[in-house]
Order: sequence, then structure tokens, then C-alpha cells
Amino acid sequence: MSAPVSETLEATVRRSYATLLGYLASRAGGDLAAAEDALSEALLAAVQQWPGQGIPDKPEAWLLAVARRRLIDGQRRHVMRERLSDAMQHALESAEELAASSDEFPDERLKLLFVCAHPAIDEALRTPLMLQVVLGLDAEAIACAFLVAPAAMAQRLVRAKAKIKAAAIPFEVPERGNWEERLSFVLDAIYAAFTRGWQSSPDDETGRDMAREAIRLGEVAVTLVPGEPEALGLLSLMLHCHARRSARMDAEGRYVKLDAQDPAAWDHAMVERAEALLRKAAEAGRPGRFQIEAAIQSAHAQRRVTGRVEWAVVAALYEMLMAFTPAMGARIGHAIASAHAFGVERGLALLESLPEERLRDHQPYWAARGHLLAEAGLTSDARVAYERAIGLCDDQAVRAYLWERWRGL
Amino acid sequence: MTRRVLNNENKLRNIIHMEYMLLFTETQAELAKRNDPVEAPAYWGAWAAYCKAVAESGIMVSGAGLQPPDTATTVRIRDGKRTLHDGPYAEAKELLGGFFVINVPDLDTALEWAARSPSSSGGSTEVRPVLPSPPNS
Repeated sequence: MSAPVSETLEATVRRSYATLLGYLASRAGGDLAAAEDALSEALLAAVQQWPGQGIPDKPEAWLLAVARRRLIDGQRRHVMRERLSDAMQHALESAEELAASSDEFPDERLKLLFVCAHPAIDEALRTPLMLQVVLGLDAEAIACAFLVAPAAMAQRLVRAKAKIKAAAIPFEVPERGNWEERLSFVLDAIYAAFTRGWQSSPDDETGRDMAREAIRLGEVAVTLVPGEPEALGLLSLMLHCHARRSARMDAEGRYVKLDAQDPAAWDHAMVERAEALLRKAAEAGRPGRFQIEAAIQSAHAQRRVTGRVEWAVVAALYEMLMAFTPAMGARIGHAIASAHAFGVERGLALLESLPEERLRDHQPYWAARGHLLAEAGLTSDARVAYERAIGLCDDQAVRAYLWERWRGL
Repeated sequence: MTRRVLNNENKLRNIIHMEYMLLFTETQAELAKRNDPVEAPAYWGAWAAYCKAVAESGIMVSGAGLQPPDTATTVRIRDGKRTLHDGPYAEAKELLGGFFVINVPDLDTALEWAARSPSSSGGSTEVRPVLPSPPNS
């Protein structure tokens, strides 16, 4: 394939994959799998035909027209068993009209997001589904990010799509009444992609790519539901964290924790954008989990200006956050911030109050415990906690960092 | 805790859990750290910490670390003819350094534990479901 063809195709896929898929699936009675097949066949046809015939003026319309024909062919085979539904017939006709005449077709990506994060879909599958359906990632890349066997991931995705079809999960934007809850499912799923990428490792390519993909999803969400404070908060949160990606490792490849990072190594333009998004979110006067988490990151980012972290503010923000989410991460963060602000005993007492049964295999808990015990001068307990954190760690750089702390005791 | 109690506990778990073997394979360079005066403390420390985390989690069924591959002797019988050779079965870039059998709810959890193994960062970790015991054993 010649360079301009592959570039155009790649750009088109990046720009419009979800829009095309959303349009096709929406008109195919919510049959995601059929829409995906049709779209991949159209992409394959483009790879084969564009080099000879030239790149079409409207690549999206071309792809849509081919995908539509594939859908009809698929339907024809289907007709042997079932009558072609009126809705489908109508859909194909309108797709044909659009492909022939218009530059613009309706953006159905929001419906795609809501379908992927529908409460009837297993919570653990919402994010993988979204990554595949909205961003077009393949099952293997998703499996690597989620530490799931590739074959199992592929199978789960197929089953989830079958469920969408069989259970007739509506391809629509939810009503006002349950809008907020449904939107929170969408945002949770996007954030799960980001944390997967973020927590994996500072130097892990798969992880960093996943964080970037999550930000793309966040951008899509902000575009589609403009002014929704939690969507803005989520994007702000992700950008704040992502702005520090290069500062998490020093020149020797060693892990550097947040309050030891050199603010000069942060991506300042990205920090500014994150700040602006958070300010815009605050205008709505409806605080929520993601806005508070973004505010915590913003408080850390203030260090680039003031040279210090206002730990009492961070602790207060974590306390607010705990009212919005039962996540252990919030409570651990609260303990650490309280230790900085009000003394290490306070922090340790907060950690002690957490349910140990749930934290047995939770690496960040043991690392936090090690830090606070070390600071309190309880060396042998700190050693035990660090060892546990090291044993539960799946990242070489963090493991080495924890050893260094252990040796320093 | 006596071995008997432990066995009963494991049997009980088998009802809802699965056993997986984690095979830790290491590169020559990684194996060489075992006796390197500079690298050895971190190498053994990481393994000790991992073993402890597995034990504390209550998922350990059995396991062992192995002496280096050059201590292996391989036996093969073909058409009644016996051959023995020093060293492991096949020349490989990564060699078996040890194994665990763990008892966890599903493959996802087993993979999580595999990722935490030091061998995943300095070699690889293979995860295999263990065949269930024959019914009358």
C-alpha cells in the first residue's frame, strides 16, 4: 500500500472509526458485531482498492457505502432464516442516502459509549468493550493492558456483544431521570482504562498507550456532553496525571514519587489545560468524584508555582472524596496526606482503621504503610511492610525504589 | 497448623477454586545473579518477598525453587535404549528456576500473581491450570 493511502486510511480510522461504527450499529438495530464486521470489510476493501483507484474525496462516505453493502449482503443471508426487519430496511436506505449525498452524518458515538457502559454489561467488561468499540483497539492489546489471557478477552468481548444484541440493550442516550447514574458508568469505565495504563508502570509502553487512549475517550466524552462537570473533571484529572509522565522516572530509569518530582519536568501546557477544564467544571456548582480527584491533583500541581504542597488542603479534599467513593485508594491517600499535614501518628491511625482483610494483597496499602512506619521510626515494622509491598509489586522500577527505601532504614 | 488441617482446607477450597501452576523461567543473566555478590541480595530479597506475599495471601498449595540448570541430569529412553545427559532437557534461552501451585478463583487472579513474580520482569512466567486429581485418589 502506498504511503499516502495508508496515511489517509489511518487518519480516517482515527478520526471517524467510532462515528462510522456508531452510525452503522445504530441503524442495524444495535447489532454491534455485524456493524463491526461490515466496517472491517470496508476497511479491507479500501486497502485493496484505493491504491489503484485513488483516494476518494470523502473517505468516510466511501467506507460507509461499502459497509452498507456488506450489511445488506449479511442481511440477505439472514433473510433465509428471518424476514428483513423494517427498521433495518429503513436504516440501510438512509445510510445509502447519506453516503451518497452528505458530508455529515449524525454522531452516534455517545450512544456507543452508553451501550458499552450499560448496567446490564458486566462491570469488568465495560472498559474493554469501550476500547474496542469506540477506539477500535484489538482484543490482544486490551488483554495486555488488563492482564487477561488474550483468548479469554476475545471471547468475553464477543459474548458481551452477543448480549447487547440478545438482550436488545437500547441504542440510545438515557433519559433525564437516570442520566447522571448512566453517565457515571461511562466515566467510570473511561477512568478504569486510564488507571490501568497509569498504574502499570512508568516505563511500560502498553500502559502509557492505554493512558493515552483513555484520554482520547475522555476528549470524546467532553465533546459529546459539553458542560457536564464530571466529564470535565475526569478529563482534567487524567491530563494532570499524564502531564507528569516523564517526571516519574529519573535519567537512570529509577522511579520518582510525586512529591519528589521536579516540576520542571512536567508538561506545563497540559497542566494549564487541566486547570482550565477544572475551573470550567466548577462553574456548574455540582461537585463530584472526578472533580475532587482532579482538585487533589491540582493541589499537587500548585507546587510548580509555590514550591510546596498544602497537605492540609489535600487531606481535606480526600475527606470529601471519601464521601463520593468507597475506593480504598481514597482512604489510603487520605491517610498519607493526613500524615504530612497533622503528623505521622494521625496517618498511621487512619491506615490501621482500614479493613485489613480487603487489603491483604493491595500493594499501595503496604507501600504507604512502609513509608509511614519508616517515618515514625518503627524500623522493623516498616521493613515487614516494605517487603510485603515488594512481594506484591509487578513493576521492576517500583520494586527497585522500594528496596532502596528498605535499605535506607 | 498441621498438614492435615491444611489439606482439608485446600480440599474445601477446591470446590470453588482452581489450581494453577506458575512456572518461573529465568534468563541466564538472571540466574547468574544468584551468586553475584552485588546482585544476589536484591535477587533473593525479591524472591523472598514474593514467596511471603503468596504465603500471606493464603493461596499457596506447594512449590519450590530449583538448583541451577547445570545441576540437572536428563534421562531419555527410546526403543529400549537409555540415554542420560548432564544439563536440562533442551537448550533454551530461558530456564526453569522454580514453580508454585496456587489455589485461586480464576485464571485472571492467577495471571495477577504471575505478573508479580520477579521472573516476569527478568524472564517469563507460564501459567497452567492443574489437571484435577483422579476421582478415587
